[in-house]
Amino acid sequence: MGGLQKKKFERGSATNYITRNRARKKLQLSLPDFRRLCILKGIYPHEPKHKKKVNKGSTAPRTFYLLKDIRFLLHEPIVGKFREYKIFVRKLKKAYGKTEWSAVERLRENKPTYKLDHIIKERYPTFIDALRDIDDALCMCFLFSTFARTGKCHVQTIQLCRRLTVEWMNYVIASRSLRKVFLSIKGIYYQAEVMGQLITWVVPYQFSHDHPVDVDYRVMATFTELYTTLLGFVSFRLYSSLNLVYPPKLDSNGESEPKEESEDDYAMNSESYLEKLSALSASLARVVSSADEEEAQLDQFPSEGEDMEKMEAREKELKQQEAQKKLFEGLKFYLNREVPRESLAFVIRCFGGQVSWDKSVCIGSTYDVTDETITHQIIDRPSVGKQYINRYYIQPQWLYDCVNAKILLPVEDYFLGVTLPPHLSPFVEEKEGDYVPPEKLKMMALQRGEKPGNEQEEDEEEEEEEGEQEEEQEEDDNGDEEDDEEEVAEEKNLKKMEEQRSQGKSLHVKVTPGKLKVENKARLEQEEKAEEKRLAIMMMKKKEKYLYDKIMFGKKRKVREANKLAAKRKAHDDSEKAKKKKARK
Amino acid sequence: MKKAGGKTALKRSKEEDEEQNQIFNFNRKPADEDKDDDLSDSEDSVYSGLEDSGSDSEEEEGSDDDEEEGSDDNDDKMKEKKEGEVSEEKKKHEYEHDSSDEEDIRNTVGNIPMEWYKDFPHIGYNLDGKKIYKPIRNKDELDDFLDKMENPEYWRTVHDKQTGSDVVLSDDQVELVNRLQRGQFGDVNFNECEPMVEFFSSDVMIHPVTNRPADKRSFIPSLTEKEKVSKLVHAIKMGWIKPRRVEDDGRGRYYNLWASEDSSILARHKMHLPAPKIPLPGHHESYNPPPEYLFTDEERALWEQQDPADRKLPFVPRKYSSLRQVPAFSQFIHERFERCLDLYLCPRQRKMRVNVNPEDLIPQLPKPKDLQPFPTTRSLVYRGHSGLVRSISVSPSGQWLASGSDDGSVRFWEVCSSRCMKTVQVGGAVKSVAWNPNPSVCLLAVALDSVVLILSPSLADKQVILSSERLLSAQQEGEEPAEGNGSVVWSEAEGEELNQGLRLKIQHPKAVHQVVWHAKGDYLASVMPDNTSHLQVYIHQLSRRRSQNPFSRNKGLVQCISFHPIRPYFFVATQRSIRIYNLVKQEMTKKLQTNSKWISSMAVHPGGDHVICGSYDCKLSWFDLDLSTKPYKMLRHHKKAVRGVAYHRLYPLFASASDDGSVIVCHGTVYNDLLQNPLIVPVKVLRGHVMTHDLGVLDVTFHPTQPWVFSSGADATICLFT
Repeated sequence: MGGLQKKKFERGSATNYITRNRARKKLQLSLPDFRRLCILKGIYPHEPKHKKKVNKGSTAPRTFYLLKDIRFLLHEPIVGKFREYKIFVRKLKKAYGKTEWSAVERLRENKPTYKLDHIIKERYPTFIDALRDIDDALCMCFLFSTFARTGKCHVQTIQLCRRLTVEWMNYVIASRSLRKVFLSIKGIYYQAEVMGQLITWVVPYQFSHDHPVDVDYRVMATFTELYTTLLGFVSFRLYSSLNLVYPPKLDSNGESEPKEESEDDYAMNSESYLEKLSALSASLARVVSSADEEEAQLDQFPSEGEDMEKMEAREKELKQQEAQKKLFEGLKFYLNREVPRESLAFVIRCFGGQVSWDKSVCIGSTYDVTDETITHQIIDRPSVGKQYINRYYIQPQWLYDCVNAKILLPVEDYFLGVTLPPHLSPFVEEKEGDYVPPEKLKMMALQRGEKPGNEQEEDEEEEEEEGEQEEEQEEDDNGDEEDDEEEVAEEKNLKKMEEQRSQGKSLHVKVTPGKLKVENKARLEQEEKAEEKRLAIMMMKKKEKYLYDKIMFGKKRKVREANKLAAKRKAHDDSEKAKKKKARK
Repeated sequence: MKKAGGKTALKRSKEEDEEQNQIFNFNRKPADEDKDDDLSDSEDSVYSGLEDSGSDSEEEEGSDDDEEEGSDDNDDKMKEKKEGEVSEEKKKHEYEHDSSDEEDIRNTVGNIPMEWYKDFPHIGYNLDGKKIYKPIRNKDELDDFLDKMENPEYWRTVHDKQTGSDVVLSDDQVELVNRLQRGQFGDVNFNECEPMVEFFSSDVMIHPVTNRPADKRSFIPSLTEKEKVSKLVHAIKMGWIKPRRVEDDGRGRYYNLWASEDSSILARHKMHLPAPKIPLPGHHESYNPPPEYLFTDEERALWEQQDPADRKLPFVPRKYSSLRQVPAFSQFIHERFERCLDLYLCPRQRKMRVNVNPEDLIPQLPKPKDLQPFPTTRSLVYRGHSGLVRSISVSPSGQWLASGSDDGSVRFWEVCSSRCMKTVQVGGAVKSVAWNPNPSVCLLAVALDSVVLILSPSLADKQVILSSERLLSAQQEGEEPAEGNGSVVWSEAEGEELNQGLRLKIQHPKAVHQVVWHAKGDYLASVMPDNTSHLQVYIHQLSRRRSQNPFSRNKGLVQCISFHPIRPYFFVATQRSIRIYNLVKQEMTKKLQTNSKWISSMAVHPGGDHVICGSYDCKLSWFDLDLSTKPYKMLRHHKKAVRGVAYHRLYPLFASASDDGSVIVCHGTVYNDLLQNPLIVPVKVLRGHVMTHDLGVLDVTFHPTQPWVFSSGADATICLFT
């Protein structure tokens, strides 16, 4: 046995990781600075595969960073800026203490700042990377833009967030890339498809926030700092990709020109400009005065078989998308005071509709209530005084449902004072075996172009069908048990016989006319297959069996949940029906 | 000087209420004084110290003009007064100018409370030191009142305390009082809003304000300044002071960051794990979800009870009838914050999610259909026993089935008709029955208590019966009392028992659990499980009525035994292992490790190279004797203890019976080629027995020629599956 003795924890995974404290010491940063750096640079702890090995034999809970990550941080110029800032604070404190106001002023003027451009570029080497990660940035900016301008964070941050979100919304309108909208109890979810990336963000409802005490706003502010930078660069790139002017400018040769001009006279500072922009009612100026947008036509490639099918499917999808983009084209909406203006204006403009509102609500309204050409008035109150005869008075959910269904839904269900149909999440994609709410089925039927004849009947039928399906499903699930049941029945017969025998001591020999046993071939086959499968499962290896059982357990749970939902729905519908009947009587 | 004198005169005159014109004079005084100051360059001037305020003659002139204009009105009066009083003024001038008690010079007591003179007849002294006497006061209240009523001057009469006399104010004085009360200037003609004279303006005058020569310091460069500047210069040189930064450091200024998507910036290293996106909301989260997604009362109660970490949904689904009723979500900021924390604090790890189609996990086995024949259905049930049937055995011809039960009887059944042909009461719970495998004899070994009985059921041809009788009786003649073994006693059945078919009794020292025949039918072995002694197994030779104990040492509790079908080998299964002994060489050849806790049963393949063994811990192990001493395959098909296992003699089938009430028939092909391992495929799960006292199927055996399987259960029945 020659050679040196190998020491433990000096090679392998133990050397690849570093604890947070050691990393902090290596970087010579305070914990808040380290935190900021990690947030800005996107460094996060890793969970090692063998924690005990990495932890040098100890099992104490520790967070580990990759040593490579920390080394990478060592050369970050921002670390220097952090130190500068620390020094600045110290100097400022000193100056305050000595009441040297001129020094305070001078120091404040030279307050060190840093730029995050290089970090953005580093974290997102390509534009698509940045787009992929923009969900959180949007959510955060939308949240910050709704904050009141008091305490909690800098006013400039709030303004910047507001500006960026407005720019984003304007871009989505200009590119018509909104796909789905969902009104949840948390806020309004939007999903847009930008350059092939699905981007989802949530906007809280327009209320003042009840600021919780157990939230560290410094952390959120640091994130926002990063996100605003990211979002700004992304916006710039997106605007330039559409040949739009950045920072956005309103299209001056739009329809609402004369009005704007008059407003220009008294106020056109940046604030009111932003407000006008945020009204979302006017289109944006372009760098190149655009000819009508050319729609990319899918070229036809000669292809065969599967490719052909795929191509067709894609073409169909594209067509559908095009149709969706023009969903509200030609419609003229008017928003009442009580509906969420920004959200609705955004959605309507995203799909090519025209929208206006009361002048007192917001700047930028384009036409009045009295306009005879208005086709839909969005309203969310139990009754309305004066009604115009040539427009629909509908509740806001109609718009959102239309967007999700990609067709104009019948307006009857959404009239004033009508109980609204449930609002479904467009993000749920039901797989086979999942529970599908009947409303969704109805919507799918509408999409396919089927006219709902007698709705109620159909409903019932559907339900029945569903019920049957479920039963079948259950049967399938309980396939193995069925045999048992049969056997149990047989057993019962035998038992009876036995009893008879014990009672009469002699078997009653009796010939009864035989019954033709109808053999369901398909069913027999199925059973055979099921048995085969069961026997094969018996032969599985222990490991695989465990995995298989786990998967099957998950599947069964899913089925159970779906059944539970279906049962709940049925109970609800039954009770509703009973109520209706009672009411009729 | 003149003016000052005028001023004092004026004051006095006011006191005396005589020279009304003086009032005007007094009022004029400040202006005059101003004039004086201007003209005389008085040293009190506030501005005198200032050097740079150049004197401006124009302005001065202007001001002079103003003054003149303002004073023009009163010029005449002033002149008169001056003439009249010149002498007096000059006399008192110096004294009065700076005295504070100049007010009243007739009474010299000064400014004291006049009450002090209340009790005296005088009220002070005049300038000459003579007493000033109080005027005779003859006025009482009544006079006062009358005065008030009658005297039209009463309202303007003032009592002068210092002289004690009443003074009637003149019209001008009354006017003055009124004006002062109203907060106006006493002088009617005083202009409050006279234009201001700009002494110091941007215009450079030819005359300086002061004529003082410039200081020396104004010619010599300042040392302190120099020091300060040099300090600053040094600080700038050293980089301590930086030039003022340009405002707007680029915050909110964006450009095309990805203009050149160069690959110079390295992509993140391989260990980078992008954060997972937030899951998208489902129907639950809608503000108006379908009714089935709302919580029922129980679900809600459960939700509230659960720990927040265990909850399936972090919120309670709610339904609002319209959009305007939706309130703010109180946890919104929290959720964002949590997300932030997750992004930078949560350790990330790549978890390989098994994305396996469960169907792929199922092994591909030959279809049972292709492996027929094997028993599939329960076709016959043999009823008659009243206790659990512990053991069954089929005659080598396949026509008869013997069963031993806890009710103390051995029954013989015809296989095809399920008729019970014969019942033999043996008087004790039967542990084991075994049919002699030799087709030319018809004998049955029965183990109960500590006896092994040999029965001749006479259920065969006469020839066979005869031959079996001969086998039993032949030895009697040979060496009758050859029993030298001591503990085992052979005895003949007699009387009634003989009629029942009982032929021989082999008395053992302990309770016998199992009895097996050798393939030739001459030898049989019995097991008496006992942990403490080596007397556990006996091998009996029927033809010679001889018994011997092959083992001299105790190797553990013997569970079951078996003869090798072809070769002179003997299998002994103890609790956890199977030992194979060579009977000829009288040595152990192999020891098989079963990896199970407690062996219950064992069966040897008719080829002799494979053994299966069932155990109470639900396992069935298949041994390939040529391959290894470890099980070639462990089958965990049963959910409860395996009670019995059996091979088919002709078909590649084996069966196992278990306490869960099922018999599992497997197809086990054994290839002649030694290189090929046996293929084991379960082909059928047979059920038919009812669980009684937690016991299911106790024994299983195959039909010798047909692919049929018999099973005996704790429910006192025997089933035939075909």
